[in-house]
Amino acid sequence: MAFTRIIARLDIKGPNVIKGVQFEGSRVVGKPSELSMKYYHDGIDEIIYMDTVASLYGRNGLHQLVSNAAREIFIPLTVGGGVRSCEDVQALLNAGADKVAVNTAAVKRPELITEISRRFGSQCMVLSIEAKKRREGGWEALTDNGREHSGLDAIEWAKRGQELGAGEIMITSVDRDGTKKGFDLELVKTVSAAVSVPVIASGGMGGLNDLADIMMKAGADAVAIASVLHFGDFSLKDIRNHAISSGLNIRPFDYVQGLEEKS
Amino acid sequence: MNTMVTVIDYGIGNIFSICNALSKSGADVRLSSEPAGIKQADRLVLPGVGAFSDGMKGLRDRGLNDAIHYFVEKNRPFLGICLGMQMMMDESEEFGIHSGLGLISGKVKAVSDTGSKGEKHKIPHIGWSPVFPPDVENTGWQNTILSEVSPGFTGYFVHSYGAVTNNQKNTLAICDYGGIRITAVIGRGPVSGCQFHPEKSGETGLKILETFMRL
Repeated sequence: MAFTRIIARLDIKGPNVIKGVQFEGSRVVGKPSELSMKYYHDGIDEIIYMDTVASLYGRNGLHQLVSNAAREIFIPLTVGGGVRSCEDVQALLNAGADKVAVNTAAVKRPELITEISRRFGSQCMVLSIEAKKRREGGWEALTDNGREHSGLDAIEWAKRGQELGAGEIMITSVDRDGTKKGFDLELVKTVSAAVSVPVIASGGMGGLNDLADIMMKAGADAVAIASVLHFGDFSLKDIRNHAISSGLNIRPFDYVQGLEEKS
Repeated sequence: MNTMVTVIDYGIGNIFSICNALSKSGADVRLSSEPAGIKQADRLVLPGVGAFSDGMKGLRDRGLNDAIHYFVEKNRPFLGICLGMQMMMDESEEFGIHSGLGLISGKVKAVSDTGSKGEKHKIPHIGWSPVFPPDVENTGWQNTILSEVSPGFTGYFVHSYGAVTNNQKNTLAICDYGGIRITAVIGRGPVSGCQFHPEKSGETGLKILETFMRL
């Protein structure tokens, strides 16, 4: 089986990596190239760059940062925020991105998912869903970086996204994001059961045991973490060692040589 | 003086990363989308992501098939990556039956969504998977692109289709996905293919590219 992936999620605002709580506020935590290089050398499995101010400028503005990262970091890089068209995708891939994460534009025009996956391959197309709990049960999909309501049921939208050609679903819990209170296990479990493409769980990691919960109880194929890494609560080595000693199916990494250990 | 390598640019995928990774491995990297550039290359890399038919069309539209065959007949090092590896086969069943380059005998088929014990698993196969020789007794990795890595190294895979070689000798490495065997690396003399992305597999991947550059 492929190992469950640990992905570092960097929310980017201008020249900085920031972190909000429940998609509100933004505290500066560092520079994208420094953090991503550090995580790469510490054995992260993938990196996600999200442009949090793309809507202000009408487009994703991370191309230079993406190219800088692609020159030094040899693991998959996913880029999102303001991706609206196949031309936007082409520009990001040319800059060095491997996958794009799309939310708002796909909600507004679902055919975009098919266009992107048909032209670039479904492996390149990550449907990003920001899910917020509804009082009456279930979750709604939000857009515009957690600011707008779409009226869509997040689970139904995930299923539709797969049908339209998304290669992966990244499901972020708006309620848990930045809180370090643990992932929304019910949300991830429900999405995971509803689709047959890989699911990336995002939002809420706080303690080392959260990883076991999200993998064993919710069936996530990958986990995107931000706060615990950016604020230095745990090192990747701590996270990986704890996960492996808990029997989780995580990629082994040789910290001395910076190479994968023999399994 | 650095060793030269030519990356085939046929309108598909993320060329930037493979070029960066090859440069990092010490190569002098050229891009070519023309027969002349390919025929004159010292070493050739065929990258690619996406659908087989789109890839083959990209090569056909640029008249590159013959140039690639010419290059391979000269016995120079060739590396196909991901879709590039699949295109080395005789044919693929993705979106209908399509002919490939026929550099190594075999076919491309869909990766099953059902494991050997009947359980469903996700398609595409995405992520880091450990890679092993088909035969544990003798890796057969000497003098190949895998000569500097050890059994169990992990590569980053992302694919829904996989190659199956007709001759077992051409399958250098495999990985296990839910009990299903997936072909990870193929080889015939100086002609090799990687289903995973060495340019996305961290330092181990870079090591494989360095080894290719020294073949």
